[in-house]
Parts: sequence; C-alpha cells; structure tokens
Amino acid sequence: MLSKRIIPCLDVRDGRLTKGIKFKGNVDIGDPVQMAFNYYEEGADEIVFYDITASSECRDIMIDTVRRVAEKIFIPFCVGGGIRSVEDMRQVLLAGAEKVSVNSAAVRDPQIISRGTESFGSQCIVLGMDVKKVQTTDHIPSGYEIVIDGGRSYTGIDALAWARRGESLGAGEICLNSIDADGTKDGYELELNRLISSNVKIPVIASGGAGSPEHLFEVLSGDRADAALIASMTHYGTYSIKEIKKYLHNKGIKVRMNW
Amino acid sequence: MIAIIDYKAGNLTSVKRALDFLGQDSVVTSDYSEVIKAERIIFPGVGAAGKAMFDLKRHGMDQTIREAFGNKKPILGICLGTQIIMEMSRESDTRCLGLIKGEVQRFPDHLSDNNGKRLKVPHMGWNSVRLRRRHPIFDGVPPDSEFYFVHSYYPVPSLSEIILGETYYGDWFVSVLLSKNLVAVQFHPEKSGRPGLKILSNFCKWGGEDVE
Repeated sequence: MLSKRIIPCLDVRDGRLTKGIKFKGNVDIGDPVQMAFNYYEEGADEIVFYDITASSECRDIMIDTVRRVAEKIFIPFCVGGGIRSVEDMRQVLLAGAEKVSVNSAAVRDPQIISRGTESFGSQCIVLGMDVKKVQTTDHIPSGYEIVIDGGRSYTGIDALAWARRGESLGAGEICLNSIDADGTKDGYELELNRLISSNVKIPVIASGGAGSPEHLFEVLSGDRADAALIASMTHYGTYSIKEIKKYLHNKGIKVRMNW
Repeated sequence: MIAIIDYKAGNLTSVKRALDFLGQDSVVTSDYSEVIKAERIIFPGVGAAGKAMFDLKRHGMDQTIREAFGNKKPILGICLGTQIIMEMSRESDTRCLGLIKGEVQRFPDHLSDNNGKRLKVPHMGWNSVRLRRRHPIFDGVPPDSEFYFVHSYYPVPSLSEIILGETYYGDWFVSVLLSKNLVAVQFHPEKSGRPGLKILSNFCKWGGEDVE
C-alpha cells in the first residue's frame, strides 16, 4: 500500500538555508546541498526547496544548487519560488528536479499550470498555495483566502475554489501551506487540510505548523493529507526523520521504513 | 555503453545521472546506430502515451527498439516506457510497440482501500513490490523495499507468466514485467533511493537471460 510521505522543506536564500517564523526573522542554518544529502540518507521520501525571496524580489532560482543536489540524491525533489514561466520550469527540471511548484505566478497567470502540464506532464507541476484563515464572505465561502508574495498580499481568492481550479488546470499535486500555522510548531491546520484534501483528487501535501511527531500523525490520519512537510523540527536536530517515521509506523500510519 | 532512448519525453537526465553515479557509461540518444551498438538499452519516459508514440515514430525509435528486442539485447523499461511496450494503451486509445501482449489500463475513478477510504489517482509516492519469483534484477534488494511511483495507468499483460512483480493500490496491479531480454518496471528506479540504484546496477550486469 502507498506510504504517506515525509518531506523536509529547505527554504533557501542566496544559496543558503533559512527557516523563519511567519516569514520574518530568518536565521541562517547551512548548506542546502549537504542538508538535502543528509535527509536523503536519513530516509526523507522527497525534498522541497523553496527560494523564499525569489518570488517577491524577482531573484533567479539557483540552478547550480539544483544541479549539485541532483548529482547526490536519488529521490524526487521539488523546487519552488520564483517560477514564472515554462522556461523557468524547464531550467529547473533539466537541472534535475522532479517537480516544480508554482505559487504567486499561478495566481497572476493560472494558465502557467496548464502550459507546464502540457510541456512536462502533470506529475511535474505542484500548485503551492499559501492560505490564511479569514472571515467567511460571499467571495471567500470557505473562510480561507489565498495570499501571495510570501504572505504579504491578499488576493480575494477562495482557497477551496483555487484548489479545484488548479486541479482542473492540470496540477499534479497541491502543497498546502497555512500561513497562520507556519512556524508556530503548534501543529498543522487540520481543518484546512481536511477541507482541501477531501475535495480534490490529486495528492495534498500539508505544510506549516509541524512541531512534533504527533502533529504529523494528526494530519496524516483521516483524509487530511497524503504527505507532510516538515522543517524546523528536524533542521535543528530536535527530531530525526527516522524517529518520526518510527512513531508514525507504531501508530499505524504506513510510511517507508526501509531505505 | 548503455543507450538511454531519447524521445523528448520526460526527465531523461535523472536516469543518466543515476548511471553516472554508479560509474556506468551511458548516452542519451535517438540515433539508430548508437542504440543498436549499445550493450544494453534503457527505455524511460513520463508523459502521455499518444505523444510518446508519436515522438518515438518521428525518431524511428519504434523500429529500433523492436529490432534491439529481437537481437536479445537487455532492455529496461521505466514507467511510461513500461506501458509503451504493450500492444495498446487506453490512454487516448494509442497503438503501442506490441513487444508484450496485452494492454494498458487506467486506475478506476472510485478506487478505495480495504477500509473503504478513497484512493487518489495518480498513484503517486512510495509503494512496495511483491515478487512472484526471484530474478537477478532484484538481487540484493530487501523484500520490504519501496519504490517511487507516479502514474495513472498500468500494464495488463495477456500472459500471467511474464508478471514478475505486483503492487497493491486498492487492488493488485502489475508493476514489474519480464519477457526474455526485456524487464520493465512501472516505478522510477532512478528516483527510488538505494533499492532503485541497486536495480539499475543489477540491470547493468544482467546478460538478458531469464534465470532463477
């Protein structure tokens, strides 16, 4: 049976790793290539690289980093941040990434999803969604709104409607990030994850809020997510992937135990 | 030298990179003579069957692969490559290479697991393979190993003897096929960590004979 995936997310700025609290006050913690290799050896099922500044400051993604990662690790990895065109996607995929994720660019130009899908296949295109809980209105019936540019701009788009739209445009997967939960270590936004995951057919990766293995159990049980993104809980050595997987395995969640 | 068939479909560089890591010489090519003189062939691919067949024919690679198969050259099919070797695919009702009798079908829309929980299509992520028998391609690969899959279609061969491995996703489907000098896997060994690399390195040593 298919395993639930544990995916470390490496936020990268200027070719170095960072991890911030609510996108503010980032601290420098190291080399992304080395960190990716460590995670590969430690049993990560996939890795996400996110260029956190590229989207708002129009920075080019670090193709060289991607290439160096691809020479050393043989599991899928995804690159997001600053992907604005099919050409940007092509460069990242040719450098060795398995997937690219589009976020702000897809909100500005949703057809980038279908163009990416036509050129490289659905399996390559991940729709990244940054979501904030808001008052329920006629325009935002789900009570969750899409925000872009690293959480700085509200779009007026309903998160559930956007997830469905992304799916119909051909996205192969959704990476669902709760801005409210991000960096809190208080657990994933379970209601948001259940809402989106149960309303689309494509896999959903839960993101934002992981602080302990119990949080992963909460979001991976039930119909809430197919994979869970983690960052600070393993970046600083508080937990290892192996520990987390062992915990989930003992709680009856199917995870990949032999690597 | 290993020829990786190039038909402009999918991430061929990842197969090449994995072979580089294993120290195996390989070339990504759609050149007839390069493929024919290669010691062994890898036939990868992601994307849609219809487009893939169109591109294969455009490069004359359909005939080249048939010829290499007839010449007893070891061939490894990966993902879409594993589907294209069948007679036809339900994906846009595409006529395929026909190296193996049978067709390619899509996972049903309402797929569920043993607990009645809905399963998503594509089947994306890590899953295990139950082998029907031993084969040199799986030598040294622990039985509980998992492999990276991403697909909505899977092969349904007419003859059950050629089924080497199966995977469970709502139901059992064929994930490894073996016919003479051709072995074909539905997962991505180049993205499946150590067990995947082991399969690739086993393929690099396999002579193309079907031995226990």
